Amino acid sequence: MTVFSRTPTTRSGLMIALLAIVLSVLVITATGMGFIPIAPGEVLGALWDGLRGTADSLNPLYQSVILEVRLPRILTAVSVGFGLAVAGTVFQGLLLNPLADPFTLGVSSGAAFGAALALLLGLTFFGSTTLCIMAFMGAAATLFAVIAMSGRDGELSPVNLILSGVIVSAILSAGLSFIKYLADERVSVIVFWLMGSFVSRTWNDVLLTAGTGLLGFAICVYFARDLNIMSLGSRSAKSLGVNTGRTRMTLLLTASLISAVCVSVSGIIGFVGLIIPHLMRFVVGPDNRWLLPASGLGGAILLLTADTLTRAILPHEVPIGVLTALIGGPVFCWIFSRNRSGRRHG
Amino acid sequence: MDNSTYTIRGLSFDYEDTRVLHDLDLTFAPGKLHAIVGPNGSGKSTLLDLMSGHRMPAQGTIELDTTPIADHDPTELARLTALVPQEFDFNFPFTVREAVLMGRHPHIPRFSRPSSHDLAKVDMALKKTDTAHLADRALAELSGGEKQRTVFARALAQDTPTLLLDEPTSSMDIRHALAAMTELKRLAHDENRTIITVLHDLNLAAGFCDRIVMLNQGRIKAQGDPGETFTTEIIRDVFGVHANVIHSENRLHISYGIKELP
Repeated sequence: MTVFSRTPTTRSGLMIALLAIVLSVLVITATGMGFIPIAPGEVLGALWDGLRGTADSLNPLYQSVILEVRLPRILTAVSVGFGLAVAGTVFQGLLLNPLADPFTLGVSSGAAFGAALALLLGLTFFGSTTLCIMAFMGAAATLFAVIAMSGRDGELSPVNLILSGVIVSAILSAGLSFIKYLADERVSVIVFWLMGSFVSRTWNDVLLTAGTGLLGFAICVYFARDLNIMSLGSRSAKSLGVNTGRTRMTLLLTASLISAVCVSVSGIIGFVGLIIPHLMRFVVGPDNRWLLPASGLGGAILLLTADTLTRAILPHEVPIGVLTALIGGPVFCWIFSRNRSGRRHG
Repeated sequence: MDNSTYTIRGLSFDYEDTRVLHDLDLTFAPGKLHAIVGPNGSGKSTLLDLMSGHRMPAQGTIELDTTPIADHDPTELARLTALVPQEFDFNFPFTVREAVLMGRHPHIPRFSRPSSHDLAKVDMALKKTDTAHLADRALAELSGGEKQRTVFARALAQDTPTLLLDEPTSSMDIRHALAAMTELKRLAHDENRTIITVLHDLNLAAGFCDRIVMLNQGRIKAQGDPGETFTTEIIRDVFGVHANVIHSENRLHISYGIKELP
């Protein structure tokens, strides 16, 4: 009895601890990498100084490279990866569809449309953050349109949500094409933004993405067991005491908010939210109480690896969305095929 | 288990503009195994949806333990009544044991681990439904009947004074179907619970249930013990088939004629 209840839990806990350790090591290693290589010991020294608010023990150049250039970018990549993977896990659980990702409901199309509009019209009413704000507003407006289309007496059925998401996305994609057509010479700016990037992120971006990511994560973990139960179908979930309407609405808003903030800061980075939850389901199982933290850490590791590759290793910066697919895809294929053949014999 | 009487008064329900239940008055008392029978589309599953709180009545009231269903807190309601629905969606690779443990959801506080009591209930439910040997298999790998036994086990683990079941044996082989019906009868008679099951197999209903409620087109056609409700005339009126009702050794057996009715 206790053997059953403990073993998988302990294993999942260990996996999550392992992922956290890998991520920490990766953050420190990545901070040392770049145009100016810095040893891990000095990276730790700079971090310690930064935490204490003093800057006495180190070369001031290293100090400023680490604290003002590299760390904001690295931590933004980590937070966005975390957020997208957590949102992907929640969307897959909510829509009862392993093919769902943070962008299934048209959040990315809405954000892209908002950002493209800002670029086309040269809007700058909020200064440099105008683009982010427009992207966020586009994402939020799309989400409310989708919910309004699929909502009936507070019960949002997965099928209706996906269908409305597809319809709204299609309309917005057409709108986006029209904007690109109107944009003439500015079209390359729009296209580049859509590919996603972490170049020259600031501490404000870190605060925004990490804050939203962690708050959203806390809400999702609170409802994790309800999300497990909801995978049984809404009749069963209700008969087990889950308030399906309220839970679905809360999680939908939370996951969409995380996605919208990520998109508004870093552009559209696909793939993380789709494959990381899958991959982690093989590792820690389908229980969302373990899957959510594992996915968040996995997403952070994937995005940080991809961003470090493009920043410090490759001769030219490659769009991050392309790299995540190139790194994550083969790993996923390997695990997927291994797991499937293993299960057949098991 | 005295707090488990279902009282239904003046209950009506509409899908869009079509009335599917007309002004039903019914009482389901503890200590009995109740069957709801009737042709397809007679409103059986809708009645269960209303009794489980999945849908709200258009008119009338449904009370459980003298409180209207809608006024129960969802978790408290889930401790009073369990549902075995016809749907068994398993979208993620949970194991049988994890799925049955979900039946304990209303009993386990949000951030707590299952207690030894919870785990004992799960073990008992697995044993009763002959699914213990499947406990660590993923649900998606199971046959239809095995999935149905898992859903049944989940409801048993929920351990509620009332139990609503929608065609609980439809995919089971005859041995497991008889075992499930025997367990339901035991839960009603020995543990004084209120067990209400929708059944298509009239012989299964006649063989195990204490009381039959026969619905036809959203109205109660007949109710009472199997002998009162299963007569050649009533079966012909409701199902449109000819039935021979044979009474032997305190049991009632129904055989159907293939001959066409006028």
